[in-house]
Amino acid sequence: MKYILEVNGAKRDVDVDGETPLLWVLRDTLDLKGTKFGCGAAQCGACTVHLEGHPIRACQTPIASVGAARITTIEAIGESKIGQSLQAAWIALDVPQCGYCQAGQIMSAAALLSRIPAPTDHDINAAMSGNVCRCATYTRIRAAIKQAADAGRT
Amino acid sequence: MLARRHFLKVSLAVGGGMLLAAAIPTRAKAATLAEPGMDAATLNAYLRIAPDGKVTITAKNPEVGQGVKMMLPMLIAEELDADWSDVQIEQADLDKRFPGQVAGGSTATPRNWLPMRQVGAAGRQMLIAAAAAQWSVPAAECETAPGRVLHAPSGRSLSYGALATQAAAMPVPDVKSLTLKDPKTFRIIGQPMRNIEVPRIVTGKPIFGIDVSLPGMLYAVFQKCDVHGGKLVSSNVADIRKLPGVRAAFEVKGGSDLRGLLDGVAVVADSWWQANRARQRLQIIWDEGDIGGQNSTDFAATALRMSKGAPESILRRDGDANAAFGKAAHVLEAAYSYPFLSHTSLEPQNCTAHVQDGKVEIWAPTQNPAPGSALVAATLGVPEAAITVHLVRAGGGFGRRLSNDYMVEAAWISKVVGGPVKLLWTREDDMRHDFYRPAGFHFFKGGVDADGKLIGFSDHFVTFSQDGAVAASAEMTPAEYPARMVEHLDFGTSMIPLRAPTGPMRAPRSNGLGFAFQSFLDELAHEAGVDPVQFAHTILGAPRLLPDPPGPRQGPGFDTGRMRGVIDLVAEKSGWGKQSLPHGTGMGLAYYFSHLGYFAEVVQATVSSAGEIAVDKVWVAGDIGSQIINPLNAENQAQGSALDGISQALGQGLTIERGRVVEGNFDSVLPLRMRQAPPVEVHFLVTDHPPTGLGEPALPPALPALVNAIFAATGKRIRSLPLKDHDLSASA
Repeated sequence: MKYILEVNGAKRDVDVDGETPLLWVLRDTLDLKGTKFGCGAAQCGACTVHLEGHPIRACQTPIASVGAARITTIEAIGESKIGQSLQAAWIALDVPQCGYCQAGQIMSAAALLSRIPAPTDHDINAAMSGNVCRCATYTRIRAAIKQAADAGRT
Repeated sequence: MLARRHFLKVSLAVGGGMLLAAAIPTRAKAATLAEPGMDAATLNAYLRIAPDGKVTITAKNPEVGQGVKMMLPMLIAEELDADWSDVQIEQADLDKRFPGQVAGGSTATPRNWLPMRQVGAAGRQMLIAAAAAQWSVPAAECETAPGRVLHAPSGRSLSYGALATQAAAMPVPDVKSLTLKDPKTFRIIGQPMRNIEVPRIVTGKPIFGIDVSLPGMLYAVFQKCDVHGGKLVSSNVADIRKLPGVRAAFEVKGGSDLRGLLDGVAVVADSWWQANRARQRLQIIWDEGDIGGQNSTDFAATALRMSKGAPESILRRDGDANAAFGKAAHVLEAAYSYPFLSHTSLEPQNCTAHVQDGKVEIWAPTQNPAPGSALVAATLGVPEAAITVHLVRAGGGFGRRLSNDYMVEAAWISKVVGGPVKLLWTREDDMRHDFYRPAGFHFFKGGVDADGKLIGFSDHFVTFSQDGAVAASAEMTPAEYPARMVEHLDFGTSMIPLRAPTGPMRAPRSNGLGFAFQSFLDELAHEAGVDPVQFAHTILGAPRLLPDPPGPRQGPGFDTGRMRGVIDLVAEKSGWGKQSLPHGTGMGLAYYFSHLGYFAEVVQATVSSAGEIAVDKVWVAGDIGSQIINPLNAENQAQGSALDGISQALGQGLTIERGRVVEGNFDSVLPLRMRQAPPVEVHFLVTDHPPTGLGEPALPPALPALVNAIFAATGKRIRSLPLKDHDLSASA
């Protein structure tokens, strides 16, 4: 089946089975490798992307269900002010260890900050607990979200 | 032994500038471990200074998130006195000239601390020599500032780039003549250095194994028998070939080595999703072999039965433990156990291979590439010289990627297909085909005298065997704490035959032993009415070095003073014994020595009346010697290790039924999540000992510290993991 997607602001034509998860269309058809495969079951959040600004698990999103919705991935999150602030905070606080989950973490954090510009610890827990960091860099992820939120207010 | 003058070799770099190669002895951990000196050294470490001043340093070891790709170049750059902003880091391929290309055992620091600095120091000395020659001044009058040689008397200076080509013509210094920097003058080592990879990570650049892409590459999945080592009898593979996108599907006849290529069916398609979808239609008949007794419930019952009899072998016997129990004022017996665990690195196992014209090219997120290359050579029947292994950043390792099963599978599939192939496992493949942290059962008895002194201790450790020998990472040494500090002590072991393969997981052996021993010692302290910190002091006694008993795991010994140092530090920082905690909240202490690092940790936890555990805070105190090389990463590694332990204790354990692992994903093996993650405060005690590694030793104390905190909070003693299997509610 042919689908016309809007990925990171550009129209992209793909020809894949309609059941193909968005994750694999992004990674293997469109060569956007930043979105990661961790569990294939919406348990780990490594594949988090935005659909119309909302965080979704790309591994559980069939391409046929996407329609004309705007897709944003880690490759383009830096085009928004919130994304930029988060990336800068992640670098400043040296958040990652292996780094594999961090694209998904940043996508979830970006959705959080666009909804709640100054999140409490409780807000962070609620928004970020679907994203597993196997290296357990949670202390720094939390601090980086707060730092990015502070940067957004100035 | 290699002549010292061959230790370093310099040459002109392509395009001008200086290329410095150095020999790192394979036994360079000698400095720390008091092993014999240099042997089998080969030219292996590279430093390139271009005329434009760019300094390129090769990072030789696999990067799995431990930060070694930063750490090793930092050592060279420091002694070179490079300007860090001029430094570029290149990842090495697997290369026979680099010994020790392995990410394991927290060994990178002790093995490389001196040799890497010597490489940098040699480079600096040659740059100085080049400048001195150019200015016709004595080298002794020259010094360096980052990236420059200075001659203070005349006020002249030259950049490293301007000197590089001339430096390449300078005589290579004898390693014995090298002057290393006084640590007080370090500008890079000891500074919080941000990892150069983070900008690439946060922008989604394709830097991981799973991201490797080659022209014409196909995607593969590989179905093995969930009973490890099961043999393929027949399959409907011909039907699979007709499915959408499938380019090839074939049976593989493997060997009997669980670390090598095993029987299975490969499905290769235009996309990974198509390959994996086609695989779901596979019907395979397996010969599973004998799976009698291969169940978690049977293992527990067998262990209990074994505990009633004498151990199969005596590991250590000091004095007369039974007599000591007879004299003790307090005697306690308890059975502890911990489960099998999967590593669950977030990036599932994968490897990309291209076998063509007798040559094999591999891109592997592996911790241990050299045995992988040998395995591929033996399995495919090609000489190792025909194999290139590129080391690709791995999304976590934790010991899983010390094995290279995915590498040989990818190579084999590529060979059959005749083109480039990326093999990618599912999460379920990863959890069901791991080299598991072995479960273990400990049947303890301890005796404390009226003065609060531990006078007798015994452990009957029921562990696992494979093919008649102790299973990998399932052993215990006669040096296990508190051995050597208790007058009357018995360690005995018995083994249960196991089919599932086991292997090292972060802080192997220690990750389970630490929980069992440190929990039981806490139990003994409470039984005797002694504060756990005081109880530890009494066991450790006066500061002294206790040599290790001879054996394959003989190390540099155990320093009771260093252990006590971190216990006292963590007690101070956590306010141990000085806080009045609310009902349902408690603090627990645990301490452990592993991988040359001394760590003590305090956990504060709160248990609600409904039995929910909240880990409020963790304090970590560690002694890894005289120098924290990169404090920014050190804190991260220590926090992550402690939380890794908390994660295992709270929610992780595998069940074996009929020889196969039941759990397959993060719905049943529960990783720690943000809402559960407490703050972790890390303190390092700097002591006058050679620097040692940090990937592992902060993990073992976290589990018992949590369990001991739960006891302090509730009075309930947990003797088996994970905690999610226990009802801690007030009514239970």
